[in-house]
Amino acid sequence: MIELLFIVLFPLIGSLVPVLTARWSRSYSALATALLPLAALVFVLQLAPAVFSGETLFYKLPWVEALGLSLSFRLDGLSLLFLFLILGIGLLIILYARYYLSEKDSMARFYGFLMLFMTAMLGIVLSNNLLQLWVFWELTSISSFLLISFWWHRADARLGARMALMITGFGGLALLAGILLIGNVLGSFELDVVLSQADVLQQHSLYPVILILVLLGAFTKSAQFPFHFWLPNAMSAPTPVSAYLHSATMVKAGIFLLARMYPLLAGSDLWFLMVTITGMTTLLVGAYLALFQHDLKGLLAYSTISHLGLITLLFGLGTDLAAVAAIFHIINHAIFKASLFMAAGIIDHESGSRDMRKLNGLWQFMPVTATLAMVASASMAGVPLLNGFLSKEMFFAETLHQEVLGALSWLIPVLATVAATLSVAYSARFIHDVFFNGQPKGLPRTPHEPPRYMRVPVEVLVALCILVGLAPAYIVGDLLAVASTAVLAGPLPLYSLSIWHGVNLPLMMSVLALTLGIVLYFNRKHLFRFQAELPELNPLQFFEVKINALLGFAKKWHHRIESAALQRYLMWMFVIVAILLIWPLQQMGEFTRHNAVQAPDTLMFAATFVAAIAAIATVLCQRQRLLSLVMISIVGLVVTLIFVRFSAPDLALTQLSVEVVTIVLLMLALFFLPHKISRASNAGRLIRDGAIASICGVVIGSLSYALMLEPQQRISDFFLANSKIGGGGYNVVNVILVDFRGFDTLGEITVLGIAALGIFKLLTRLPLFRSSSDAQGRQWALDKHPMLLAVVSQALLPLALLVSVYIFFRGHNLPGGGFVAGLVTAIAIILQYVAQGVDWVRERLTLEYHRLVAAGVLISTLTGVASWAFGRPFLTSWFDYFQLPLFGEIELASAIAFDLGVYLTVVGATLMILANLGKMTTEHRPVNKGQS
Amino acid sequence: MELLVAIIIGVLTCCAVFLILRARTFAVMLGLTMLSYAVNLFIFSSGGLKIGVGAVLNATEEYADPLPQALVLTAIVIGFAMTAFLVVLSIRARADLGNDHVDGKLPVAKNTRQGASS
Repeated sequence: MIELLFIVLFPLIGSLVPVLTARWSRSYSALATALLPLAALVFVLQLAPAVFSGETLFYKLPWVEALGLSLSFRLDGLSLLFLFLILGIGLLIILYARYYLSEKDSMARFYGFLMLFMTAMLGIVLSNNLLQLWVFWELTSISSFLLISFWWHRADARLGARMALMITGFGGLALLAGILLIGNVLGSFELDVVLSQADVLQQHSLYPVILILVLLGAFTKSAQFPFHFWLPNAMSAPTPVSAYLHSATMVKAGIFLLARMYPLLAGSDLWFLMVTITGMTTLLVGAYLALFQHDLKGLLAYSTISHLGLITLLFGLGTDLAAVAAIFHIINHAIFKASLFMAAGIIDHESGSRDMRKLNGLWQFMPVTATLAMVASASMAGVPLLNGFLSKEMFFAETLHQEVLGALSWLIPVLATVAATLSVAYSARFIHDVFFNGQPKGLPRTPHEPPRYMRVPVEVLVALCILVGLAPAYIVGDLLAVASTAVLAGPLPLYSLSIWHGVNLPLMMSVLALTLGIVLYFNRKHLFRFQAELPELNPLQFFEVKINALLGFAKKWHHRIESAALQRYLMWMFVIVAILLIWPLQQMGEFTRHNAVQAPDTLMFAATFVAAIAAIATVLCQRQRLLSLVMISIVGLVVTLIFVRFSAPDLALTQLSVEVVTIVLLMLALFFLPHKISRASNAGRLIRDGAIASICGVVIGSLSYALMLEPQQRISDFFLANSKIGGGGYNVVNVILVDFRGFDTLGEITVLGIAALGIFKLLTRLPLFRSSSDAQGRQWALDKHPMLLAVVSQALLPLALLVSVYIFFRGHNLPGGGFVAGLVTAIAIILQYVAQGVDWVRERLTLEYHRLVAAGVLISTLTGVASWAFGRPFLTSWFDYFQLPLFGEIELASAIAFDLGVYLTVVGATLMILANLGKMTTEHRPVNKGQS
Repeated sequence: MELLVAIIIGVLTCCAVFLILRARTFAVMLGLTMLSYAVNLFIFSSGGLKIGVGAVLNATEEYADPLPQALVLTAIVIGFAMTAFLVVLSIRARADLGNDHVDGKLPVAKNTRQGASS
């Protein structure tokens, strides 16, 4: 059923429509925006008959199947009901918002966010996978944040939006934890698998945890006590947003989750207690606080909280009939609350105020709107012949059948009646205070009826209130039946949707509530006076104070940890590394029981001595920089000799040549860095760093020793065995580089090239910082290019180039190869720079080094790509032997081309680094051609 | 033999870490260079120390472990590139910020007098 995907996808694409049509006239843009959700609604209508006949439709788009991740949708009765609410009311909101938004508001932004929100809601109700449901769940939090903060220039909108995001985001995290636990216990996230395993889950020891986590998600979203306070603060949103989010969608997502999880989680005593108590508290608190609001939307907000509590309470009661009543009330509440919000928006829009202390007697100015609002409020109050009455009757009837609280069970119907009384009172206030009760006081403008089409959505919804109220079975009977079937996951209980059940207890409760409610309203002065004496609680302020305290705390620690001091970071890094290594080292046991140790000889003792002395001297002379440079180069030479000693000629060659370029580089660096260095560290710092360094040295040395003595499990035997037959070379190290691990090498020369380019970029337009003398104040030597060096270097150049060619070609079978050859060539050319100067070299060598780097990387890559032409994977090597007259047998291998790329890159990169740095002292400094 | 190499690695690491913890860029450069010596030796020695064995096939019966050698060979070259980048970065930092402290600014208060000399 690919249509399921389209239902979600169309509004998502639709979020772009208002942006693309932003230049059209407002009406056309709104019309274009409505088209895609309308198409989605047509799909829903097309699929509806199948759902009504009892089918559940699925659509699955596999993604990462090994992890059980796929795009998975389902359409059952419950989804269908919500689809109608989301799309139906959504379309009415689009029409309404067209007239509500002023010229100053960006309609494109508003509709874009609205469509995004609609997509998220559709995704929640259609998801067949819990993780996927959660992703859409979070999307509603984010898109509702954008919608609530639509008027972001207002502080209350920003704060309200942030509060909503934080509360629902917190719930979202709890829900994710709950979902992950469910997946862990039941082995799947697919709803059709999970929902049938209620027994397994409820027997599991984690069930209470899962239940609490999932309920936290649902309760925060549907603004249940004690998380209810975000909803009234979200009223700073534009009214179409409130009408949509707080009647049919956002808060109903929490209710939807309760309904969706009902077959899985409901039925236990824990469920009953938590859901019922939360629902009942929310019902009463919401209804009570609604009475004291002076803001029209505030009244409606608290009334919404109260009604959400009612629905939650019904789900908590746990009987089949209660669940049916809950579903029915979802429909009814969405219809009358959306129309009431829109009516409030019209009043605000046409009179300039939402304050009920100013709004009086509007009947004479806007009779039609007044009538519509009064019908909707009557439905909210549960007046007979309207839809709100029917579900309220079912609610009353269900409260009478509860026995779980034992002898206290009578409390439930009594409290329900109290809540209904309060509900009647605030509905009466909405009607009487706004439309009658004298004349308007100090309104900014004279109220009048809204534009014709702004009222249409209200008319449609109020008509539905009446139609459902008069003929419930015809209008919503089928929908209610399939939705309830989906929630109960079993046969439906017997219920009757007629308006008259005879004179029974629920009817008496209704009559009582209506009478008491009216009485309460007209005597509200006493209640208001009582309420005024209570200390005022401002949840927004309280919340902000707490959040700011948290932020301050985080900032303090952030500054403490992230102090922008590199030394401190490095210190912690080394300390942590040492600590992490100490423990496993301790577990490794003694060294001696493994491989026999080779006896040390005099040569090695000498090497160790020299290396240690030179290393320590480097540290001690670090303020005499040239001396420390000499010392460290001794260390490098000893390392080279160690490579020679232990049968690694390739390494020795490479280390030796890198040593040369490194020292040249550091000497150049010395020229540009300060020569005089004062003692910067105090004794305490030195002792601390010395201790850390010693610990690191001991740990790394021991680790290395342990590693050398460990019995060797080598994978190198594979390379030794296959080097000749697979790679065609006797020098295994070189074959590994250019063949077995050729892809790594390609990556490495690319890094080399990038580093060289980065250096070039860093050197362009460098402000010069040259000193005219050395640390002792001596002038630089005037003889820049000594004769002797110039002569020798000239003679050396062809020789060195010849050697590098030789090393390059023998690399496949004997020590050598592209890396070493490249370094030798580079050193030969650098020697020319040193001996003859930049100008002299420039005249004779017009090569651009970055082209050399590019050519090198390109050649190596193309060698790899070429194997595709033969239908082989990237970088497959080829070699063969040929007989040539005079030369005898020669070998040709694709690895030579690859090595050539390595060679060119190394030459280019090394020269680019050193030559450019050297040029800084002359007038041939690298400059950015585009800027200079 | 193994113990001596391990001692060299330990001493080099110790000196390198100490240098890296200094406040001036040049010392950090020296430290990193020395640390790469230590790391290269470490990786190389993990393949076992063999004296006088063949580095290429068909020379002797026994061979040195080629894999750590191949790893270290590229590590040497990359290490050079990294050091070079760091060197130029410090030169640039000194030129743009006017000092060679690793944080780009000299410590305030008690060290002001020393900072003025650089």
